[in-house]
Amino acid sequence: MPSNALKPPKTSKIPNIFRNQIFIPIAALLILAVFNLIADPTFFRITLDQNSNGDPVLNGYIITVIDYGSELAILALGMTLVTAASGGQDISVGAGIAIAGSVLLRVLCGADSRSAELQAPIIVGFLASCLVAMIFGAFNGSLVAFFKIQPMVATLILFTAGRSIAAWINHNELPIVSDETFSYFGNYIPGIPVPTPFFIAVACFIIMWALLKFTTLGLYVQSVGINEKTSRLNGLNPELIKLLTYVILGVCVAIAGFIKVSRLSTINYSVIAKDIEMDAILAVALGGNALSGGKFSMGSSILGAYVIQFLTTTLYKFDVKSDALPAYKAVVVILLVIMSAPAVREKLSRLAKKLHPAKAAAENS
Amino acid sequence: MRENSLLEMRGIYKTFPGVKALQNVDFTLCEGEIHALMGENGAGKSTLIKVLTGVHVKDGGEIFVKGHANAVSINSPKQAQALGISTVYQEISLCPNLSVAENIFLGRSENRIISWRKMNKRADELLKELGINVKATRQLASCSIAVQQMVAIARAVDMDCSVLILDEPTSSLDESEVAKLFVLMRKLKARGVGIIFVTHFLDQVYEVCDKITVLRDGKLVGEFEIENLPRLQLVSKMLGKELDDMADIKNDAPAYTSKDEVPVYEGRGLCSDEGISPFDFNIRRGEINGFTGLLGSGRSECVRTIFGADKVTGGTVKMNGKEVKITKPIHAMKQGIAYLPEDRKRDGIVGDLSVRDNIILALQVKTGFFKPFSKAKATEFANKYIELLDIKTASVNTPIKSLSGGNQQKVILARWLLTDPKYLILDEPTRGIDVGTKVDIQKLMLKLASEGMSVTFISSETDEMLRTCSRLLVMRDRKLVGELTGDQLTQNTIMATIAGGEKNAE
Repeated sequence: MPSNALKPPKTSKIPNIFRNQIFIPIAALLILAVFNLIADPTFFRITLDQNSNGDPVLNGYIITVIDYGSELAILALGMTLVTAASGGQDISVGAGIAIAGSVLLRVLCGADSRSAELQAPIIVGFLASCLVAMIFGAFNGSLVAFFKIQPMVATLILFTAGRSIAAWINHNELPIVSDETFSYFGNYIPGIPVPTPFFIAVACFIIMWALLKFTTLGLYVQSVGINEKTSRLNGLNPELIKLLTYVILGVCVAIAGFIKVSRLSTINYSVIAKDIEMDAILAVALGGNALSGGKFSMGSSILGAYVIQFLTTTLYKFDVKSDALPAYKAVVVILLVIMSAPAVREKLSRLAKKLHPAKAAAENS
Repeated sequence: MRENSLLEMRGIYKTFPGVKALQNVDFTLCEGEIHALMGENGAGKSTLIKVLTGVHVKDGGEIFVKGHANAVSINSPKQAQALGISTVYQEISLCPNLSVAENIFLGRSENRIISWRKMNKRADELLKELGINVKATRQLASCSIAVQQMVAIARAVDMDCSVLILDEPTSSLDESEVAKLFVLMRKLKARGVGIIFVTHFLDQVYEVCDKITVLRDGKLVGEFEIENLPRLQLVSKMLGKELDDMADIKNDAPAYTSKDEVPVYEGRGLCSDEGISPFDFNIRRGEINGFTGLLGSGRSECVRTIFGADKVTGGTVKMNGKEVKITKPIHAMKQGIAYLPEDRKRDGIVGDLSVRDNIILALQVKTGFFKPFSKAKATEFANKYIELLDIKTASVNTPIKSLSGGNQQKVILARWLLTDPKYLILDEPTRGIDVGTKVDIQKLMLKLASEGMSVTFISSETDEMLRTCSRLLVMRDRKLVGELTGDQLTQNTIMATIAGGEKNAE
């Protein structure tokens, strides 16, 4: 096409919405919200109750969503970067959470799994688990970056072995932390009615926002994900950047593990964060990010994570058995994935144009 | 229809939103004819081909094909194939992991049960008949690009195509491979196949074609017998103007005689893991020099070594007389070297990123991880160069992949100019882009050099290099075999040096 004849494509606002990445999670959220509103508006009711300790806490399904969506949203941050840079996903984050949680408990409880007091400050435990998760992240990352193994295959190793490693760290015992302050992080801080994980998640969002705003991480990650050869010729080190994204995901895993363990003050190696990797990957996909890497939108991924939690909570509310949950989820996932397919979005966008022929004509002239 | 014509297109119209891509275009292809379709980028060549192959549906006009009394309608590639129209694209669209024979017969077997032996035998016969030297059982990916292309042609021929479209088939072939392709084309021509040949290389048009159809801005300029249209006229018809513009560019840069000045860049015994013999190289301030030689002679590998793009295995480098180490692109960038790579798609653009991000990329990397440019600053940089280099883009947010080839090249050029390099390496900056942009880039090079930048230039088109370079380094078989300056800078001496002792200069 003659480029000189190309005019700036002035699309009207309506088709633009369909093309925008964040459209999918927003649409999904709206559909779920409307569904709940019609089926049972009490879904949105939030009450201020008192918990067993007599502290005020907010109650309601929406609170459940923002509470239990926290781990997923935090994982989605790292998963988005990993996906963008390496064009693949880390399926070992669930196992990683088990390992990080196990290390945390090992440090906090020491040798005695039923110790009455903390053997180390919580922060030390957290930092230790963080370090271990970062090392495992680096392990995954180096397999992907230096040995060029497909991410799913590379992380299959820890996916398989991770929970056994977690059990081995504590000699297969299930330590229990009796210290009450430890449970604040996964539940409520006395006097504050909003669940703590939400604050932790928000803090993570802010840190990630700052990381993307005040460093060139976003540009580098996208550039490496789109064209590795070009990136190298522009002075980047693609291997190092890929490795870095896996290490960042490691930090996210440690934080998510910290919340998960704190919720119960103990751990169950085979059940903790089970299948969370699939939800995390889904959050990235739902956010409209290409799973083959390249451009990403962090905000869309975060929203995607909460939409998934919203869906899960909705299903629980309608008494769907936890065994049947995945089947229901699958139906919704199919719908979402079809909706996010470029072909369908293009159609929608054309449909919108047809509905506003006057505008479309103005564009073409 | 005329008596011996295979295909006639009459009054073809095609409009895209905001663009009249084809207006009243006629095209006629006769039996046993090689017909060049020429025009600048955006002239409508690709659109015409796509209308003919059913990728786009025409808005108006008629297409007649031999053997059909009425005008035919072509609405899909499948219909085009049924009419005997086959296309071999620039990027080969075969399956690299299958064998040659499988690729030839893929999706065409009449029976559900395949006899592998029979298939391989038939493929071998076909390849032999066409003089393609490859075994039918070989995996396609292990063949050279040229052979792969010929296999694609063989596939088309075996499908009884009467009209064969070759879209830029030679852009990734070296000279001997091109010669082989031409032998094959002539063979097909003798069989009565009509070939539509789309290319940027003028030499090749004059070597192999019988007729030329020229398009400009979506309109037909005319159809010419090859002997009635000298090169200069062809170019002026494509451009739609006389050649004063090209004549403007004359190499009046003085030869660099002041040998006592310290070179900007000086390398000794450089070599890389790409297998070039160690070479010495230097460039002075404001000098334009170039590497010349055949494709695959090692000219690209030389500049890649200078920039540290390949693994550097030896040699010493001095910048302005001071010894430095360059083993990675970032080292070279820190020294003020910029490198525009040969393969724009593979090594140059970051396809999905915006024009703005593509422009700031190199400078951003140079500036550092913790100092990102604000969006406003980046946009300012981008807009400055969009204006300076006349980059045609809808906005700074447009993904670079949706720009035309020439404009993509300008974006990459902008990326490097933004880093304010002291030494600029341009590897084939003019390949596959239209003549107007070529002239722009050459003019820009001369301007930059006059402002003190050193430039190394590589081009397959020798006359471009003659116009701009004051010194040429000649490569042959991955060795630096000669250095030409001053009066030696003529087509003949270059040819003679490239050819070496074996061939006489023509």
